[in-house]
Amino acid sequence: MTTQAPPLLRVNRVSKWFGEIVGCRNVSFDLHPGEILGVVGESGSGKTTLLRCLSGKLEPTSGGAEFLSKRHGPVDIFQLGEQDRRRLQREEWGFVHQNPRDGLRMRVSGGANVAEPLMNLGGRHYGQMRRATTDWLERVELDISRVDHKPRNFSGGMQQRIQIARNLIHQPRLVFMDEPTGGLDVSVQARLLDLLRELVRDLQLSAIIVTHDMGVARLMADRLLVMKNGDVVETGLTDQVLDDAQHPYTQLLVSSVLQL
Amino acid sequence: MAYVAVKGGEQAITNAHALLAEDRRGSRDVPEVGVDQIRAQLSLAVDRVMGEGSCYDRDLAALAIKQSRGDLPEAIFLLRAYRTTLPRFGFSDPIATEQMAVRRRVSAAFKDIPGGQVLGPTFDYTHRLLDFALAAEGGHLPEPAAMAEAPLADDLPTIASVFSHEDLLEHETPALDAAEPYDLTREPMQFPATRDQRLQALARGDEGFLLSLAYSSQRGWGSTHPLCGEIRLGDVSVEFTPPELGFPIELADLTVTECTMLSEFEGSMEHPPQYARGYGLTFGHCERKAMSMAIVDRALKAAENAVDQVHPVQDEEFVLYHSDNVEASGFVQHLKLPHYVDFQASLQFVRKLRREWAEARSAKEAAE
Amino acid sequence: MSVQPTAQAELTAPLYNFAYLDEQTKRMIRRTILKAIAIPGYQVPFGSREMPVPYGWGTGGIQVTASIIGRSDVFKCIDQGADDTTNAVSIRRFFAKIAEVAVTESTAEATIIQTRHRIPEKDLQEGQVMVFQVPQPEPLRGLEPRETETRAMHAYEEYGLQYVSLYESVSAYRRIAATASYPVIVDERYLMSPSPIPKFDNPKLHMSPALMLFGAGREKRIYAVPPYTRVRSLDFEDYPFETQRWDDVCALCGAEESYLDEVVLDDQGNRMFVCSDSNHCGERRAEGHVGPMVDHALAGATS
Repeated sequence: MTTQAPPLLRVNRVSKWFGEIVGCRNVSFDLHPGEILGVVGESGSGKTTLLRCLSGKLEPTSGGAEFLSKRHGPVDIFQLGEQDRRRLQREEWGFVHQNPRDGLRMRVSGGANVAEPLMNLGGRHYGQMRRATTDWLERVELDISRVDHKPRNFSGGMQQRIQIARNLIHQPRLVFMDEPTGGLDVSVQARLLDLLRELVRDLQLSAIIVTHDMGVARLMADRLLVMKNGDVVETGLTDQVLDDAQHPYTQLLVSSVLQL
Repeated sequence: MAYVAVKGGEQAITNAHALLAEDRRGSRDVPEVGVDQIRAQLSLAVDRVMGEGSCYDRDLAALAIKQSRGDLPEAIFLLRAYRTTLPRFGFSDPIATEQMAVRRRVSAAFKDIPGGQVLGPTFDYTHRLLDFALAAEGGHLPEPAAMAEAPLADDLPTIASVFSHEDLLEHETPALDAAEPYDLTREPMQFPATRDQRLQALARGDEGFLLSLAYSSQRGWGSTHPLCGEIRLGDVSVEFTPPELGFPIELADLTVTECTMLSEFEGSMEHPPQYARGYGLTFGHCERKAMSMAIVDRALKAAENAVDQVHPVQDEEFVLYHSDNVEASGFVQHLKLPHYVDFQASLQFVRKLRREWAEARSAKEAAE
Repeated sequence: MSVQPTAQAELTAPLYNFAYLDEQTKRMIRRTILKAIAIPGYQVPFGSREMPVPYGWGTGGIQVTASIIGRSDVFKCIDQGADDTTNAVSIRRFFAKIAEVAVTESTAEATIIQTRHRIPEKDLQEGQVMVFQVPQPEPLRGLEPRETETRAMHAYEEYGLQYVSLYESVSAYRRIAATASYPVIVDERYLMSPSPIPKFDNPKLHMSPALMLFGAGREKRIYAVPPYTRVRSLDFEDYPFETQRWDDVCALCGAEESYLDEVVLDDQGNRMFVCSDSNHCGERRAEGHVGPMVDHALAGATS
């Protein structure tokens, strides 16, 4: 991870208001290639609103986010037309939802789910795509004999692995994750986090991970953004923030973590 | 059996039409039914055909019923097709149902309302016992109905005005920039649908379909707990303002049935808690349809967000796309048309799959 | 106070405009057609009129034909490839009644060919117009019932749902299973349904000299493939698009390259195969071509 390369994502004072209620306010940061940013806070902190804005799912009230796109070069994602933004989401980004049902087509096979991003990028050789798909299913530690099974036949943890494969197979430059292990059994969580961390490192991806779980943050993130009531109250390297929290709220969050 | 080349289709159709005409007339020993008889004595059928046929003309509707041998969706189709040929010269002014010459008017919401509960001609309290006197030769002359001692009040306010001084009923506002109402007979359906488009689709919609949807919402497949605010039946005058004259002229009197359903609305940031309205309107006397329409209107209004659309009656695309029985009947019945070319393609495919299945099986058995 | 007439009202039959539709409606439909031609493969919504023919039975095709037909046109109407199937007869009679145009069974002579589920075997020429009857214009409808969703997919060129369906087909059947209404990409932009023609006919759409118009009356959409437009049937490189083939030839004329209908001869499993395109078969027989069962008794056969 180098700090000389230009930032992959440059977020500038992004704010989102819902009428009179603040979602997030004046959030700014740079994300470098290969860097993992954790956004932590309790529910209502605005972290999910921020994620949805930055991933193009929600239009912010004000602010900008400049992304170094392969197709467009540096571009403010909020200035893009809807068609271009959606293409960006398909081609250059991934989004791992907390609930795999939100990130998968439940009525088609796991294999088809994982192959779809390749087809969106113009893949037209079934055999090659199927091999890439089975490779990826192996990589996320799934039984490849089940490649044609529908997601509903898998456990929650396995569905999440399919979702992860679907979001990484097209080698996106930036992956957004919304509580990627929330809702899973504690034992399953730990294994999945290890897998995620390994994959992200191997592929040298950048990622923004939203989580309320400080353990997840410590394991995954290089840097943290701590949010409370829509504002960023503290930011810094993960270890520094967690071991030497400055802001009282951060101290509160850290102190309430059960040791993994 | 010799192969008979497909010829003679033209002759077959001509013969079929002749047979149909014969069946329609039936036995010559029985007097031919008159359009005037249908119009006068099967008036509720006529009313339904006018409503779903979207064309107020009792004689044409009666003719359509005769021609269709009593198959009402077929009669509705005939009237719709006729309507297409009519020239359009404008939109009338909105009819003023608060000035209706009322024949029937009831409200479930209040024990009594200004003007009173007027039962009018209704099946509601009849005992459903077949009346064999009606089958007797020589016809059946009913006793004349007794005249009331005093005429109906001049003023029979609608439920809206009853609520108005407390502002308990939501205001209905027309669409933002619409000078003219949306016309589904001129434009295709668009989603999300504006209220005028929705009401027009429901007014033309199949009574059975809307009835079932309304029923489902009352039973829990939807969250409408409606109360019948008012039903009124009677005549209203249709007025039209020709641009050349600049003042309204009366074109005709229509009989309509109007139904207002009320349900609670807990309010929002912009609106205080009040009652929301579902609205139903039909040509002629079609209460079941007007009530069903009002309930479905209310259910669709409440489910304007996709997240609320859990049950069929709340799903705008589902309800509005499938409510037209002329479209539905055409498409369902089109399955009778020859599909043998597609079927041939399908047969080839299935036969191929079967061969492969058999081959795989015998290969497996040989290996064992 | 309801108004009762004292005598039966006079019911008079309306006078019909040439080709049934009023001129305003024809103009509206022609504008729609122009828009469709300008955006090949894109489904243009239009104010489809109630017709005296049921929805699902060709109202879209009829409205398109009625809007473009003129007194000097020569009209051919086929269903399942044949001129004499009952619905083709019915539609031809309709146009004979309300527009005095010449009709023909000859593909070469026709200027407008209205069709249900087939494209004629004979190559089409510049200046000819094919009008397709379309039951379901939306190729994605079987995968996504919502119009609001499919409209967005076309607008954003997001056809992942279609690709996924093809992938599943190969996983399940070791081939792409669609045999009719086989999806195509028009001019490398819009996903389109070619209407329920067998996939056998898809190649005829590509770079055709004729204008292809598609009318869906019930769904209220018109779309078009202008002459000499690229039309590509979706496939995979390793599972390329293939058309149907038969082991038999046409029993009557011996044709090897036409789409064949299966005719059941008895209940012992005997069958024969005959050209679906009745005009094509008849012309071949007139030229002297014979098939293996040409002596088989043909009651009321056409020459």
